[in-house]
Amino acid sequence: MRYPYYPGCSVGGTAKAYEESLLAVLERFDLGLDELDDWNCCGASAAPSIDEDRAIALSARNLALAEERAEDSAPVDLLTPCAGCYRALLAAQRSLAEQPAVARRIDGALQAVGLRYERRVHVRHVLDVLANEVGTEAISAAVTRPLDGLKVACYYGCLLVRPNATFDDERNPTSMDRLMEAVGAEPLDWPLKTRCCGGSCYGADPFSGTTPQGALSLSYALLREASRRGADAVVTACPLCQFNLEAFQGEMTRTFGTPIDLTVGYVTQFVGLALGLPERRLGIHRMLRWRLPEREPVAAEGGVHARA
Amino acid sequence: MSEAARIQTDAPDRARPTAERAFEPKIVAFFCNWCTYTAADLAGISRMQYAPNVRVIRLMCSGRLDPQFVLAALRDGADGVLIGGCHPGDCHYQEGNDNALRRFEVLRRMLRDLGIEDERVRLEWISAAEGDKVQKVCDEITEQVRALGPLRLSVPRRVETDETPGAPAPRLVGQEAR
Amino acid sequence: MREPERDRASRPPSPNGGPRIGVYVCHCGLNIAGKVDVQAVVDFAATLPNVAVARDYRFMCSDPGQDLIEQDLRDGLINRVVVASCSPLMHEATFRRATAEGGTSPFHFQMASIREHVSWVTADADEATEKAKALVAGAVRRVALHEYLEPRQASVNADVMVVGGGIAGIHAALTMADAGKHVFLVERESTIGGHMAKFDKTFPTLDCAACILTPKMSQVRSHPNITLWTYSDVVSVEGYTGDFTVRVRHRPRYVIEELCTGCFECIEKCIHKQGKFDDEFNEGLGKRKPIYIPFPQATPSVVVVDPETCIWFKTGKCPQTCVEACERDAFDFEQQETFDEVKVGAIVLATGFKTFDAARAPEYGYGTYPNVYTSLEVERLLNAAGPTGGEPILRDGTRPRSVGIIHCVGSRDERYNAYCSRVCCMYSLKLAHLVKERTGAEVYEFYIDMRAAGKGYEEFYDEILKEGTHLIRGRVAEVTDEAISPEEEGRLVIRAEDTLMGVVRRIPVDMVVLAVGLEPQSDAQEVRRLFNISCGGEGFFTERHPKLAPVSTFTDGVFLAGACQGPKDIPDTVAQAGAAAAEALAMVDRGYVMLEANTAFIDEAACSGCKTCVGLCPFGAIAFDEERKKAAVNEVVCKGCGICVGACPSGAAQQHLFTDAQIFAEIEGVLEYV
Repeated sequence: MRYPYYPGCSVGGTAKAYEESLLAVLERFDLGLDELDDWNCCGASAAPSIDEDRAIALSARNLALAEERAEDSAPVDLLTPCAGCYRALLAAQRSLAEQPAVARRIDGALQAVGLRYERRVHVRHVLDVLANEVGTEAISAAVTRPLDGLKVACYYGCLLVRPNATFDDERNPTSMDRLMEAVGAEPLDWPLKTRCCGGSCYGADPFSGTTPQGALSLSYALLREASRRGADAVVTACPLCQFNLEAFQGEMTRTFGTPIDLTVGYVTQFVGLALGLPERRLGIHRMLRWRLPEREPVAAEGGVHARA
Repeated sequence: MSEAARIQTDAPDRARPTAERAFEPKIVAFFCNWCTYTAADLAGISRMQYAPNVRVIRLMCSGRLDPQFVLAALRDGADGVLIGGCHPGDCHYQEGNDNALRRFEVLRRMLRDLGIEDERVRLEWISAAEGDKVQKVCDEITEQVRALGPLRLSVPRRVETDETPGAPAPRLVGQEAR
Repeated sequence: MREPERDRASRPPSPNGGPRIGVYVCHCGLNIAGKVDVQAVVDFAATLPNVAVARDYRFMCSDPGQDLIEQDLRDGLINRVVVASCSPLMHEATFRRATAEGGTSPFHFQMASIREHVSWVTADADEATEKAKALVAGAVRRVALHEYLEPRQASVNADVMVVGGGIAGIHAALTMADAGKHVFLVERESTIGGHMAKFDKTFPTLDCAACILTPKMSQVRSHPNITLWTYSDVVSVEGYTGDFTVRVRHRPRYVIEELCTGCFECIEKCIHKQGKFDDEFNEGLGKRKPIYIPFPQATPSVVVVDPETCIWFKTGKCPQTCVEACERDAFDFEQQETFDEVKVGAIVLATGFKTFDAARAPEYGYGTYPNVYTSLEVERLLNAAGPTGGEPILRDGTRPRSVGIIHCVGSRDERYNAYCSRVCCMYSLKLAHLVKERTGAEVYEFYIDMRAAGKGYEEFYDEILKEGTHLIRGRVAEVTDEAISPEEEGRLVIRAEDTLMGVVRRIPVDMVVLAVGLEPQSDAQEVRRLFNISCGGEGFFTERHPKLAPVSTFTDGVFLAGACQGPKDIPDTVAQAGAAAAEALAMVDRGYVMLEANTAFIDEAACSGCKTCVGLCPFGAIAFDEERKKAAVNEVVCKGCGICVGACPSGAAQQHLFTDAQIFAEIEGVLEYV
């Protein structure tokens, strides 16, 4: 089965590793992705603060494109890896459903460029698909190199389950934790799963944003707590989350005095490692820092093995 | 929905002297004792001014409303009818307003068949605290019906109580004579 | 308009011949006369059919005004009355009385509201006058068809029932019992006392709750006029005002109540050496055995055996050391539930409240972090008879060095309950005082507003402030165990914005207390249906009028007392219980109730037996005679809504004072002349 795929801007650039690892993992389960032709930027969090209508139009166009490639009148599962894009698409769907005046304008705009959005799209995030479509059992059964009790702090970020908690609990989401358990890792219980990382305050050009110092301390708080609880790594499911937590650890160490040196990776990378996929295919070489405790190669027939 | 229904009634032409005005609709209202009638009283106590065209008949419950009342009103000279009851769930007698709603839905279809416009017969849920809604709804329905003009039925509007022998039997709109 | 033959025939002939109507138009000072041309209305009224007399007067509701009516009636000039004045909701009763005084049926009367519905709401004087005329014409046409109805009454049974044995029920029961009435007090738990029995001290006096409550509880037990039924509930209520038949179920304790002396021997000798099962009275903080008395002063002091946890019931194999230990031979493991059916004239509902389930607000960590407690749990910790002997300690047995108390948990919150639960500010201050007293801990209170409205409450608040309790105005965002500094390690951190200082604060504490709000009992909807009353949007029982009738309901004979009607503190509860008792006593002592005049009735000749009406009646007032295939309305139960009348296809069902003929006449009247 192939999912219509809306990649978003980041996975072509800074977050290439995310897409690579995603494709590799999905392939292992005979799933593929068909990138939408001529998709446009989702507007992320910047667009709605400038012009709400246009922000919705951006996402509506992507939704219409998703329907174009599908069979007539069949519902479409559109997969997206980024939490920001996920939020934008869901928010557009909600506005179109709840505000007839907005819907009229947007439908009119789509019509003007020869597109139609028939409200058949079901937006799915990668985490949702891995946890609920592929399923933890199938993943667990396919594990060849379990992560051997690797202690991970699952960081969901702020946009995945808020404001639209469609596939997980908004206060205490657990889908990523369950996936990590399924591949033999030990997800930590920590209270900052959805706490703000300050990301949008950094600015596009880091430290040119509104309150970069404030942003730094928020990300620092997350990483410090994860360290305190003994995390070996932080697992994320969004390009921006991953970047914000990985990129400024040096600055944090300098500013706050506590050494912060944590591996921050994508959920698909960790799952991929457990599936025995080579590091190169998972984009590990692209990461700014990557150091996991040494693992014994375990002769595997599949299934999860306890630590030797 | 007709053009008339979209007319805003922010400034009803109450200020103009009677003689100058377009036709004055006669509207009969059936208000339930506990909510809508009390709300109308509240509008009075608050001195909210509204169109005098609505004449209120008090029922204990909107569930008492017999669709024949609506038809009788239209036949007897009303150009519009307003029905007021408690909000769903708040009926003083538990469920009376549910009955009113069901009867109204069926009545609505019958009225359409008779060519009577939707805006002439209206059902509103008005709670005892909503005096302002009474004002608003009365003004609205007055203006909407004014715009539609007098109700023209294809049968005589009144049934005479004395019939001369040999005269054709009067046909009433819709239902059997009571 | 032609009247159907049967309507004319079924009307009893008016004692004085055909209708002769008197129309009285009130000036109401300038309230009406300032806008409506009263003289013009009078002149117009005089032209209407059947109008014999048309007068105006400045204040119809005054004695001279009413005299006008009475005199014209006595003089035989008129036999029907129309008063065009204020709203019937204001003075219908007044003028009906005057009509009756004049010598005819009080229901030979109709009002036209030309004040609330005309003079006060119409800008143009001419239009107002025309509308007034139309409404008077409607009233005149209608009243001509009013039946001669006598006001009816039904007698009231002298016994009363109180449902719920908390402080509200106890006070209501004692008041009515002292007045000489026989009271059945039904309580669902195995003891009376309610929530108040769980408290340690009460605000603002810091009286010991048990000390002020238990004397009343034993008064109940020993009162000759009170039949106390505990471990019992109401299963059905039939009948009507003044004559309720209530069926009560008594659940089996497996102990014969009359024989048990509450000596505790059986509990001592139970083969469980220690308590093992969650103790409900202690909010799950302690353990009890399967055989127990909830607390030492339980009333009645009779043991209960819990079949869910007792080994005898689960396996049939137990040496039954309890039975052996009992010198009175009071055990009966075969005991079944029994029923009683009683007739009472009035019922006082005092079924109380439950607290908000703090697990619904996960941001506060209840159930996640062990040292987050609800206020009720802390009451039990503070109570000397509680699971920790009065020590507010943490789960590991140590004393807290600092405690945070969070207000408005589940209250003033759109996500849960929008209302204010009224007692939490005060009980939080009380808990602050008690905790500080017992442990010396620093206490932080996080509030939105401080509500201290009762007698001595503000002064109590002052005292707590002087004791050094820290008050922070800000809604708590979360309770977390994330530590960002050494002081926070291993503790709970309360994050809140201190709005008065304008900063976000993190306060590390050892114990968090959630001031949970008051909610209706979880079975409030079932209970309200049993007693045929209604609940408001938030689920509390609805009073007849929020200002002027706070203890009666729209079902005559059923009264409300205490928190089941809305959150309130103990003084207000007791006051309301006294009020409910007084109103119940007034009804019972008077000995009769006036019945609704505008009841429905069914003309058997026209009834086709279609049964449309039977299911429609929300009150079950319509019975169907299967043999004769006719429906009949119980005029005592009927509340006069008219739903059945509106539905009856053959017009057999009619409503007194709202017959089809009367309404058709009114419709004609308001349209015909003006």
